[in-house]
Amino acid sequence: MLLAVFSDIHGNRQAFEACLKAARAKGAERFVLLGDFVGYGADPEWVVDTAMGLAAQGAVAVRGNHDEAVNTTTETMNAEAQIAIEWTRGRLDVAQRRFLAELPMTVDEKERLYVHSEASQPTRWHYVRATADAAKSLISTPAHVTFCGHVHRPALYSMSVTAKMTSFVPKTDVPVQLLRGRQWLAVLGSVGQPRDGDPSAAFVLFDTESCEITYCRAPYDIASAANKIRENGLPAWLADRLSLGR
Amino acid sequence: MPKPLVKSGAVIDGYTIGECVHAGGMATLWTVTHPGIDVPLLMKIPRVSEGEDPAAIVSFEMEMMILPRLAGPHVPACFGTGDFAHQAYAVIERIPGITLYKRLPDLPLPYEEARLLVSKIAAALADLHRQNVIHHDIKPSSIMFRDSGEAVLIDYGLSHHNHLPDLLQEEFRLPYGTAPYMAPERLLGVRDDPRSDLFSLGVLLYFFTTGERPFGEGETLRAMRRRLWRDPHPPRELRADYPPWLQEVVLRCLEIEPVRRYPTASQLAFDLAHPDQVRLTARSERMKRDPWSVAWRRRFNQGVMAPRAKSDVAAQIASSPIIAVALDAAEGAPELNEALRVTTERILATLPSARLACVNVLKLNRLAVDRTLDEQGSNKHVDRLVALRHWATPLKLDESRLSVHVLEAVDPASALLEFAEVNQVDHVIIGARQSSFRRTLLGSVSAKVAAEAACTVTVVRPPRMAADAEEAR
Repeated sequence: MLLAVFSDIHGNRQAFEACLKAARAKGAERFVLLGDFVGYGADPEWVVDTAMGLAAQGAVAVRGNHDEAVNTTTETMNAEAQIAIEWTRGRLDVAQRRFLAELPMTVDEKERLYVHSEASQPTRWHYVRATADAAKSLISTPAHVTFCGHVHRPALYSMSVTAKMTSFVPKTDVPVQLLRGRQWLAVLGSVGQPRDGDPSAAFVLFDTESCEITYCRAPYDIASAANKIRENGLPAWLADRLSLGR
Repeated sequence: MPKPLVKSGAVIDGYTIGECVHAGGMATLWTVTHPGIDVPLLMKIPRVSEGEDPAAIVSFEMEMMILPRLAGPHVPACFGTGDFAHQAYAVIERIPGITLYKRLPDLPLPYEEARLLVSKIAAALADLHRQNVIHHDIKPSSIMFRDSGEAVLIDYGLSHHNHLPDLLQEEFRLPYGTAPYMAPERLLGVRDDPRSDLFSLGVLLYFFTTGERPFGEGETLRAMRRRLWRDPHPPRELRADYPPWLQEVVLRCLEIEPVRRYPTASQLAFDLAHPDQVRLTARSERMKRDPWSVAWRRRFNQGVMAPRAKSDVAAQIASSPIIAVALDAAEGAPELNEALRVTTERILATLPSARLACVNVLKLNRLAVDRTLDEQGSNKHVDRLVALRHWATPLKLDESRLSVHVLEAVDPASALLEFAEVNQVDHVIIGARQSSFRRTLLGSVSAKVAAEAACTVTVVRPPRMAADAEEAR
């Protein structure tokens, strides 16, 4: 089965739509949503409704730190993110907020683990930025492949049976077979706010039979997404950074 | 001896196991058959039982990732792989014949034979590098030849694929590979430079033409590290009749700094195909190694191998193309020759490692016997070579980046296409024939080249012709 995995959508309707369309065109049969549905972007209602619809049809969805921050004020964030979250809170209705509040921290699906951030302590929201973080995450799970997001930059780590690590920046559209003899950690780029220098929306396809992972990019209408952020009086940098991809 | 996990007669994923044909340190090789596949097959099975070298597993994983992605005549075709969850294996085409290793008793080989052999290997390497793979274990036992003549590179257990995770990157504390052939930068952990393979091929060329290994056989890290600062004996010191052009080629491959080697395997193959065009430098003159004072300065002043930005195989190859400009330097219209020069100059300006081949076709008559001498008795072939050099002079290219070629052929377009094919040309620049009368009569050479070449073709017209075309509308 071909899975399409999305992370860090962040209320960016145009980017999420483009990714869903691209993934369906490539034959995706099932969707996985790795959290951070809201925050930063100006379309949180549409994004959450869409996620709820997909979840009702069997999509996997886990909770991100921004989803949690909508319902709890204890989460500490930088000023811009905080402004966006407070704005988002006022936009969502009870059902939408309940959906976010009830999302699980992780979903364990036999050989695959889905989680928003580093997996050893998912509630701590640690970033996987380097090999050492990836090692900590991989040691904590028996899963063959862990999928996470949170850093907004694509990366692919592996750990051999002797705990030797490899790190790799995946090439767009080049499938990589995730060999059975080792464990893998796929860090996804962001759908709604890419930060790896490429402004197009990022997602991943994973073939559960061949164990091949493909990192994909979908171009989308950045200007519209950015305009809506500005029109709603959200911090300008949240709009500007979309076209920069950082 | 570990218990064999695979037995004759067993069936794995539809492959029936035949006999064991090789039992190496890392893997065993078995003949296998499969209904529907009628080429001879080999199944490679890694040694994975307890007590085996973990390197065997990682190497095999790397090979399983890379082999199915390779294509073309210079690699063994891969028919299937099985992973470690069940029985790890790779089924590949069985190349008949023996590896180059069996030639070691015949060394040194005649220069001409070695030249042909190594140019075939360089062509194979160029093809592999184009597929984003660095072999990292070029040595005689990794090289075979098809009956049709092409070199085949086998064993990808130490290879690096630019589009795949490098499983060997942190696996070994010491560089893993075959000590006598290992490039100096490998000792510093660099695994992403395709020119490492050119160094190894240089070692092979040196060995095959002199009978001696340039850096000995030392397996210790200390012995291997000497190549970071100590240059090998120049081949001419070992063999008095060693051709200077060949020494130039060998020592360029063996440069300590990758940037001083050939930029691509195609450019090495080009020099091996045209020995008379090899630009001789001080390398070809050397009769002795550098004095100790120089070697010691290198040893304690290793800025030469300073850390560098991560390189990209495809980007590096793309920046070092072979460009062929086809022109009628002697008799062609001056405006067209000038337009060709302007276009060539612009292309070269962005590609500091590109090399330029200036090609002219001396058209032969279909029926009459051609005379080499013209009416005035001067040699037509030589005249054309002189004219080509003259045309290229304003480009101010370093001689090592420029070569001139006069092809003799009845059909110029076919001759140019063949030249591009044989020399792995990346880009052809050609002028459009100007007179429409002649074009109608003779057919357009540029149109045929543009339509049939495997590489990029730029067709150049002088500005005046564009103006004429406007008027004609």
